Amino acid sequence: MLKHKQTEAMPAIWDFAAETLDRDALRTLQLQRLQQTLQATAQKVPCYQAKYAACGFEPGDVQSLDQLADLPFTTKEDLRQNYPYGMFAVPMRDVVRIHSSSGTTGKPTVVGYTRDDLHIWTQLVARFMTAAGVTADDIVHIAFGYGLFTGAFGLHYGTEAIGASVIPMSGGNTDKQLMIMQDYRSSALVCTPSYALTIADRMEQNGLNLKDFSLRVGLFGAEPWSEQMRREIESRLGIIATDNYGLSEVMGPGVAGECQCRRGMHIAEDHFLAEIIDPDTGKVLPEGEVGELVITSLSKQAFPVVRYRTRDITRLNYQKCDCGRTLARMEKTRGRSDDMLIIKGVNVFPTQIEEVLFQIEGCQPHYQLVIDRINNMDRLEIQVEVNEHIFFDEMKEQRRFVNEAEHKLASVLGISANIKLIEPSGIIRHEGKASRVLDRRKL
Amino acid sequence: MKVEQISIFIENKSGRLAEVTGILGKSGVNIRALSLADTSDFGILRLIVDAPAKALEILRNHSFTVNKTEVVGVEVNDRPGGLAEILSILDKNSVNVEYMYAFVERSGGNAVIIFRFDNVDEAIHVLVRNGIKVLEGEKISGI
Repeated sequence: MLKHKQTEAMPAIWDFAAETLDRDALRTLQLQRLQQTLQATAQKVPCYQAKYAACGFEPGDVQSLDQLADLPFTTKEDLRQNYPYGMFAVPMRDVVRIHSSSGTTGKPTVVGYTRDDLHIWTQLVARFMTAAGVTADDIVHIAFGYGLFTGAFGLHYGTEAIGASVIPMSGGNTDKQLMIMQDYRSSALVCTPSYALTIADRMEQNGLNLKDFSLRVGLFGAEPWSEQMRREIESRLGIIATDNYGLSEVMGPGVAGECQCRRGMHIAEDHFLAEIIDPDTGKVLPEGEVGELVITSLSKQAFPVVRYRTRDITRLNYQKCDCGRTLARMEKTRGRSDDMLIIKGVNVFPTQIEEVLFQIEGCQPHYQLVIDRINNMDRLEIQVEVNEHIFFDEMKEQRRFVNEAEHKLASVLGISANIKLIEPSGIIRHEGKASRVLDRRKL
Repeated sequence: MKVEQISIFIENKSGRLAEVTGILGKSGVNIRALSLADTSDFGILRLIVDAPAKALEILRNHSFTVNKTEVVGVEVNDRPGGLAEILSILDKNSVNVEYMYAFVERSGGNAVIIFRFDNVDEAIHVLVRNGIKVLEGEKISGI
């Protein structure tokens, strides 16, 4: 990856050549990389072999990007069926890192990276962090949890690539976060937008003064948030708040990120081909229309994806940006095309809850998920209609059921949930079908 | 020697207890004894009534979640130490009491306590062997 010298007056661009590439040249590069990705998946991944065979597709036939629309989609279900390593396109000896995300059945989705994959990931994170205004002079406070999720490690290595200083703080213990942020003079904050507001709340509760902090920019992701929330974070923390986008199945953070114009997130189109489809018909929609984002990786070795349905609803803008970048911009995601919920940055499917309840007493009670954002933290309550199988005359037994269910849910979902037992018919049914989710968050 | 108790799940919100007792009253079911265990969210109401089968059916028809359990009615001497004596016997014989509550009415000169044991047959056996008077189900309903 060549770095071009930039003039002083220009806003910083990490990979000037790639990020300002002429669109025709970009399409040529995309086609060439798409052909390689299709060849690799056809040769090495049985799931893709089967998909291609089923529709009579020969990877060698692709001569235009438009032909991608003829290929079948890849879904989370495909990844689940090939758990854990079935979708990998390289032998394990070439895989140097493994991450995962939560799945629909308690089984997570496993993704792998080769050394080259990690290098590109790092470069793409450095891109959007630079676009957000982070420089080598910054002290970057990473308050994402370090672990299997891609957030913390992605931002960590991107920060090091830029030459800024990393504080690998991880999540939790807000008082300690504040002490370190103040004493170590953190200038850039990396976390979920809801946690940024929790930090602001705690600052106020503890009587801390913004003047004693050095924060100037925030890089927020991993959960949906509104423009209103952005304004609140900016005014309460005195920072510029930027959005970035990624999902572990595709790579992690770095798929797209905002520049300082903050009018959409630039997609790293030299590494990811983005399509917008109608989630119901699967048809590709014309430029500028709102639909589901579908991504094909163009350079990934260990875990390539072809037409992966992200289920995120957004819109693309291909106009050149005021910042000079030619890369298309995606709007903030507007919701999901499936029933997945993002709670505290974690993916939750209502079916996971059904399965846990079923495992405990062997019955499937009516339930409803109620999601609130209280003091800027997401809270999940699961209201369960009591029936005779899960009702006991002894309080001890009744508590045991609730505790066991809460414990199992926490381990399957990866976040804590309160169970509230309610009387039968407490959940409103729409035309006989219970509405499973009540999301009271104002996003 | 066993008594049928019905238990009802009720959410912890105003008026629910009145509703349950109201439904039973209108149907002519008489409540003989009652206990309520509650948390901030919900409560478990346990009742001894004169017509358990009827009460169960009526409450189910009103969409309540109802279970029935076997409990034991024991006569306790109405004097200081009367209850302690019985509990001491149970303890010595390793009989575990899950919960208990008292009848308002008396049986002759004695108080009546309802016991929920995890092993009902074993508990009755121990009580009878130690000369404690265990009441018949029909007698309890008739008190």
